[in-house]
Amino acid sequence: MSIDWNAYSSDGFYDELVAALGQGHTAVAGLLADLEALGPEELVARQEAANVAIKEMGITFTVYSEEGGAIDRTWPFDIIPRIIAQSEWERVDAGLRQRVQALNLFIDDLYHEQRVIKGGVFPREVLAKSVNFRPQCIGVDPPLGIWAHICGSDLVRDSDGTIYVLEDNLRVPSGVSYMLENRLVTKRVLPELFEHYAPLPVDDYPSQLFDTLAALSPRPADYPEVVVLTPGIYNSAYFEHSYLAQQMGCELVEGRDLFVDKDDCVYMRTVDGPARVDVVYRRIDDLFLDPEAFLPDSALGVPGLMRAWKAGNVALANAPGAGVADDKVVYAFVPDLIRYYLDAEPIIPNVPTYRCMEPDALAYTLEHMESLVVKPANESGGYGMLVGPASTKAERDQLAERIKKDPRNYIAQPALRLSTVPTIIGARLEPRHVDLRPFILSADRQQVTMGGLTRVAMRKGSLVVNSSQGGGSKDTWIVPEPPQTPA
Amino acid sequence: MLSRVAENIYWMARYVERAENTARIVAVNANLLLDLPKGIAPGWRPLVDITGANALFEEHYKDYGERQVVRFLIGDERNVGSILSALVAARENCRTIRDFIPREAWELLNEIYLFARENLSKGVTKGGRHVYLKRVIQGAQNITGLLSGTMLHDQGYDFLHLGRFLERADMTTRIVDVRSANLLPEETTDLRPFETIQWVSVLKSMTAYQAYRRSEQVRVLRGPVLRFLFQNETFPRSVNHCVESLRASLSKLPRNDAALRVAGRLKRNLEGSEPRRLNQQQLHDFVDDLQVGIGELHQEIAKTWFPPVPESQSQAQSQG
Repeated sequence: MSIDWNAYSSDGFYDELVAALGQGHTAVAGLLADLEALGPEELVARQEAANVAIKEMGITFTVYSEEGGAIDRTWPFDIIPRIIAQSEWERVDAGLRQRVQALNLFIDDLYHEQRVIKGGVFPREVLAKSVNFRPQCIGVDPPLGIWAHICGSDLVRDSDGTIYVLEDNLRVPSGVSYMLENRLVTKRVLPELFEHYAPLPVDDYPSQLFDTLAALSPRPADYPEVVVLTPGIYNSAYFEHSYLAQQMGCELVEGRDLFVDKDDCVYMRTVDGPARVDVVYRRIDDLFLDPEAFLPDSALGVPGLMRAWKAGNVALANAPGAGVADDKVVYAFVPDLIRYYLDAEPIIPNVPTYRCMEPDALAYTLEHMESLVVKPANESGGYGMLVGPASTKAERDQLAERIKKDPRNYIAQPALRLSTVPTIIGARLEPRHVDLRPFILSADRQQVTMGGLTRVAMRKGSLVVNSSQGGGSKDTWIVPEPPQTPA
Repeated sequence: MLSRVAENIYWMARYVERAENTARIVAVNANLLLDLPKGIAPGWRPLVDITGANALFEEHYKDYGERQVVRFLIGDERNVGSILSALVAARENCRTIRDFIPREAWELLNEIYLFARENLSKGVTKGGRHVYLKRVIQGAQNITGLLSGTMLHDQGYDFLHLGRFLERADMTTRIVDVRSANLLPEETTDLRPFETIQWVSVLKSMTAYQAYRRSEQVRVLRGPVLRFLFQNETFPRSVNHCVESLRASLSKLPRNDAALRVAGRLKRNLEGSEPRRLNQQQLHDFVDDLQVGIGELHQEIAKTWFPPVPESQSQAQSQG
């Protein structure tokens, strides 16, 4: 029995594997032939082996439930890899570097001279209404002038094959640990495919992350003390916090483990007494960081942390206030920002975006809501979003009222036809929609992960890839060309 | 090592030890009552006295009947000293330090917790109690053995020891205090055989009977039993052994001066008295002194190595 590729239909969507095959990508052809040679029973057996491995390795994410407290769920993973040719990836890589470079210049500018506003490129009223702009950060000079040291940008591919940036996550992007673990699991369960296609390695991320963080240390002469700051075990990404701390050989701390002394330096409480901390990789949001500067009743943060940061005695990654560029309205300006700061054309395009603050765009949006996706500026995880084609008239009317009241807070984009990748469903392969989140590190130099985390909407036809809503993931292979095909 | 991690390891060890000790006193009381004539049997109240949770108990139960006391001590989550509460707390402490202890220990603790929860209704019946308590005691012993055999014997292990031996010393003194108080007047000679039975039960609740016979080589009498439980150096549940273990762990930790001083005072107090010569009131005062010392040692450990308690939240992990 073999896999029937003729029965596999991606319904007019761009299928990553099938399209690559059509373009004469020999590595993909080889992979398809190899999957076929394994046969469906073996594939299902391998998938089961992967599930067992994930359970054994304790790869989990946390879902909070009212009755049972926090529950660790095992990470849903599909063994069929998603393949991207190295030549294409190099272009994406360059595009991401360019983008993050511009974003960092933009953030630094906003907290200093605001040339971009004075130059008429970025409207002042957008900044005025930004919920992630932190006046506390005005005039601060973080090390190397970098604010967003770790960025996770979400990429999607439309039906014509174009890769777009869907959004940039500059606050506390997560998912990188799953990218690393997915690779380990794939090596275990598909070793023969792995040998043939030799996807480029991803596992040096923890050491790159450590180097990025260490480069920010205010005491460069010493071996810097880097810590990972987590909100605690009930956070959905706690596994990742703990994983990265372990992989980097750093302490995993909670807010109450740290304190700021009279010398405005940060210390952690150890059984040997206070130990000076140089760099905090913080995985809690700005507003919870320091009760003295932000939410006064936050128990997660460290009183005085902002003071120590402003005094240059500790580095925070990402810097507080970096989230100002993590806003769906700002997103719409990124191509302009790239042109303004770098004097270059964007390498990866944005999804065409209608900024409702502009009268024409507002009119267009209100008229075409049925075919658009409308998003509020500062929500993540799909909250408050309207998917036009799937909405009711009542929902559209309601949203239209809200948009008219506060147009600055909304953008609209055409509903994309996300690409698909074959995924094991039951005992057969079916197309499922995917996105891709690469991670970009910036300090004394920039580094981009080789690929990233491919997230899969496991439900048929669904576009929702979030793990908390039934999304899964795949290993992402960047395959060199000419392909190292089997003899 | 982070202070918070040290604290979590310490409390995990204390709660595991507490679950085990509570299981022991319930199991032995059940046996004891079968051996004593109805008229003089002390009933179940002494168990609540041992844990010191009488106020809480009386708030929720009408009388100190068997069913009520057993439920209170095994499965009542309002009682922080119940077996189930102790296992819940041990597990919560363990959850945040999963990087520091072997994965198998976490799994084992989880398993015992699930067993204790799922079999609770059987555990509180006369027929199912024995098996239930035995599993809890064995489970706690398994964790201790697993950690000793697989965990890094570094600072974390020292804090594990501190938690375990402090809790154990505390419980041994409580058992002696309450059990000896319930004993019959010392002069009533015709009730002597029953007094022996009660001292045997004290020994048995600590799996000390065999060890006592080998080590003391006399029949079970108040004086030698007291000496054995307080001062024997080799029996792992004697107060002296616990204090010695505490001192050994403390001596390996940094900034240990103050804590070692408190432990030293405890040790001198223990060595400088002859518990067998004390009458009941004096014995009670002696135990009180020891308990104060144990409490001070905990305070000193917390002050030296643990994170300060936030003002908003008074110590959630009470010694109850």
